[in-house]
Amino acid sequence: MIRLTINGEEREVDLPGEVPLLWALRDGLGLTGTKFGCGVAACGACTVHLDGQAVRSCQIALADVDGPVTTIEGLGSPEAPHPVQAAWIDAQVAQCGYCQSGQIMQAAAFLAANPNPTDEEIDAAMAGNLCRCGAYPRIRAAIRAAAGGAQG
Amino acid sequence: MSRAGTLTRRTLLVGTAAVAGGAAFGAWWIAQEPGNPLRPGAGAHAINPFVVVDGDGVTVVSPRSEMGQGTHTTLAALVAEEMDLDWGDVRVIHGPPARAYWNGAILGLGLPYPEYARTDMQGRLALGMALLAKGVGVQVTGGSTSTVDAFERLRAAGSAARETLKAAASPHLRRWPEDLRTEAGHVIAPDGTGIAYADLAGDLAAVEPPREVALRPSSEWRLLGRSLPRVDTVAKSTGTAEYGIDVRLPDMLYAAPRMSPRLGGTMTSHDPAPALAMEGVEAVVDLGTGIAAVARDGWTAMRAAEAVVCEWGPAPYPSSTETLDEFVAAALDGPRNSRLRDEGDVEALGPPTTEAEYRVPWLAHATMEPMNATVLVKDGSAEIWCGNQSPTLIRDHVADALDLARDAVAVHTTFLGGGFGRRGEVDFAVIAARVAAATPGRPVKTVWSREEDMTHDFYRPAARARMRGWVGDGAVTGLHAAMAAPSVTRSSARRLVGVAPPGADKGHVEGAFDQPYGLPNWRVDGHLADLAVPVGFWRSVGNSQNAFFQECFLDELALAAGRDPLELRVELARREHEPSARVIEAAGEMAGWGSSPDGVGRGVAFCHSFGTPVAEVVEVRRDGERIRLSGVWIACDVGPCLDPGIVEAQMSGGAIFGLSAAIMGEITFEDGMVRERNFPDQDALRTTGAPRAEVRILRNRDEMGGAGEPGVPPAAPALANALFDLTGERVRELPLRRRFDFAT
Repeated sequence: MIRLTINGEEREVDLPGEVPLLWALRDGLGLTGTKFGCGVAACGACTVHLDGQAVRSCQIALADVDGPVTTIEGLGSPEAPHPVQAAWIDAQVAQCGYCQSGQIMQAAAFLAANPNPTDEEIDAAMAGNLCRCGAYPRIRAAIRAAAGGAQG
Repeated sequence: MSRAGTLTRRTLLVGTAAVAGGAAFGAWWIAQEPGNPLRPGAGAHAINPFVVVDGDGVTVVSPRSEMGQGTHTTLAALVAEEMDLDWGDVRVIHGPPARAYWNGAILGLGLPYPEYARTDMQGRLALGMALLAKGVGVQVTGGSTSTVDAFERLRAAGSAARETLKAAASPHLRRWPEDLRTEAGHVIAPDGTGIAYADLAGDLAAVEPPREVALRPSSEWRLLGRSLPRVDTVAKSTGTAEYGIDVRLPDMLYAAPRMSPRLGGTMTSHDPAPALAMEGVEAVVDLGTGIAAVARDGWTAMRAAEAVVCEWGPAPYPSSTETLDEFVAAALDGPRNSRLRDEGDVEALGPPTTEAEYRVPWLAHATMEPMNATVLVKDGSAEIWCGNQSPTLIRDHVADALDLARDAVAVHTTFLGGGFGRRGEVDFAVIAARVAAATPGRPVKTVWSREEDMTHDFYRPAARARMRGWVGDGAVTGLHAAMAAPSVTRSSARRLVGVAPPGADKGHVEGAFDQPYGLPNWRVDGHLADLAVPVGFWRSVGNSQNAFFQECFLDELALAAGRDPLELRVELARREHEPSARVIEAAGEMAGWGSSPDGVGRGVAFCHSFGTPVAEVVEVRRDGERIRLSGVWIACDVGPCLDPGIVEAQMSGGAIFGLSAAIMGEITFEDGMVRERNFPDQDALRTTGAPRAEVRILRNRDEMGGAGEPGVPPAAPALANALFDLTGERVRELPLRRRFDFAT
């Protein structure tokens, strides 16, 4: 049994320490908002926050999780979305939507560290998150809007 | 109504899908629909296959799959418009496999004539294909047909539901139905008293739906024609949308497949012992041409599948990219399958001014959500949960694989984490069903690793073209295009429905022969190069390669004729199809065509596909030693546009999808196996490489066209033409990163 702090709650996972956090979240704890895309940290679909930093959960063994974890479910909810989620909703970003949990987690950590990014900084920060639908124009727009909202 | 009258009406409905609003729907329309497959529980009533009312309100049942293209939103808007639903209250679910959800537009895509110039005769052929689709219950999401197919039918369903609700409310409100109106999910009496639809759910079973319905004219629309908030946006922004990979059932096991890496090849031996020795592994299932490991979680299942020691037989096709390509190239000199365009006489023109050969590689779909399905096999029945583009095909193929009756197989369609044609296949469900059959009574979720997904696709085929062109006096006087590739139409049809259509293969040459260009001498030949490599429908299908061939070569001819490539296209299109000429002009205007400064290259391309003309201008800039995509301007004309926001997203997303493939898309073979296994080997554009995109939606047509695919085909040729403008180098092979260093 491994103990974790997930979305502010103490949780126990009955999986060996070598299992990546991604699969513990999805198959062990039923938190399926975090997505499996590649398993090799090449697509960003599995992005969560570990101690506030955006990380690829497919690359972190359960035994190495040394801080509180926030997933898309803990960032906000349909009733009370996080400002970045609200910006995503306003901009109607999602097409198939499969990558968007990871995109939003990446953007939220990025904006927390850099509240007034340039367009180039936005592109660079989001380059690890693949979107096969090509929703990038609206991803950029949502991040700019969320940044503007944070300013206001 | 007379038989002839019925035929005329149907021709209008199906052939053009553009009857003016307000048309009365005859009783035949509803009466002749296949039966309602919905059997909602107590307290709920399905007025028709598309509308369910219960104590919580109205649920729209979508006949099509939501794979990102926004179909749930627009199809629900068709119903909600007629029903006077509050948009915020609209719920949408996927329909079960059923004949009622037949797609009346999809088979017509195979008819061998250009869509832009459909005649009455061809309209009747389209009708025939629609009736065939209805007869066999073709429930497919694809071909950018969902809105075209649903435009009349779902408004009729909404209108019938509204009138049924008014009839149900009549005794409560003590008024005749014709004295009642509807607003915001309520039936309202003249004195203003109202009753919510939800409160009428229990009364509906006793009410006969109307025999005739009228559709509202577009001038009265409140929802259609506006950019609505998508019904799936909140769920997809909060991690609460359920994809196939997210399905969870009590006592569920997890599995990972590992099929022969030589596609369609055999497994000569396997030793499951190393996998079975791993902690958490429950079983290794022998699938004949591969195995699946079953475990307590998906990660362990994937590791266990890799641990099984397998020996594989040879590939049933030439085993390298080069030998496959030689086979395709040789087909250019082999028998001809089609000559669907033959204007004038290219033979009489003498030696061509310009000749060139073009080629494109195999391509994977690479949906973000890897292939998967969850299946419970129990007591002679099977229940399947997955994202898919054809619930009826999934049902039928799983029934055959498990030797069950079709009505013993239930299919629950979830959101699709990308489709692009890949989820029109059935392999992922059949494999999952065969795995679950080994653990009867326990549901199994079978998820493919990214490596398994990328190396076991149904690929966009490699293709070659031989182009010959003639110019004189500043004009293009002749064009002869010959294309060779494995046939997607034939191999898919054989695989999915058991028989390949005979005759000319339109999909093989679409994007070339069917373009609205007024060329005096023009011949387009199709040559089939059928191989056992699995090929399938890849977003925009044959247009994806043929537009690259023809639109690049047209630029070569423009150069030879001393003409501006955009002006030349406008001139050629204006002779045939004014709306197409207008989109080309518009793209040029948006991009500021005609003034590319040093270090900037611009290229234009056009394609009329899936009923919609689209022109794109791509701009590239030198960025140090590299080349950066700085912009794409897209002009399209989908005819009546039901949701501009969704069309814009499909057009810009389609262009970026096409640009990704043009720059870096490439599947190669070695020893019969696909070499590209994961995103580091086969990437796509990201924020750092994707251009800024601007979309303009024109409205110069009455016929409705598709939106999901037509944005793809012009992207690759527009980029190659822009690179020529920048560098002076004409590259006739994809992917372009082999020749140019892109800033991505």
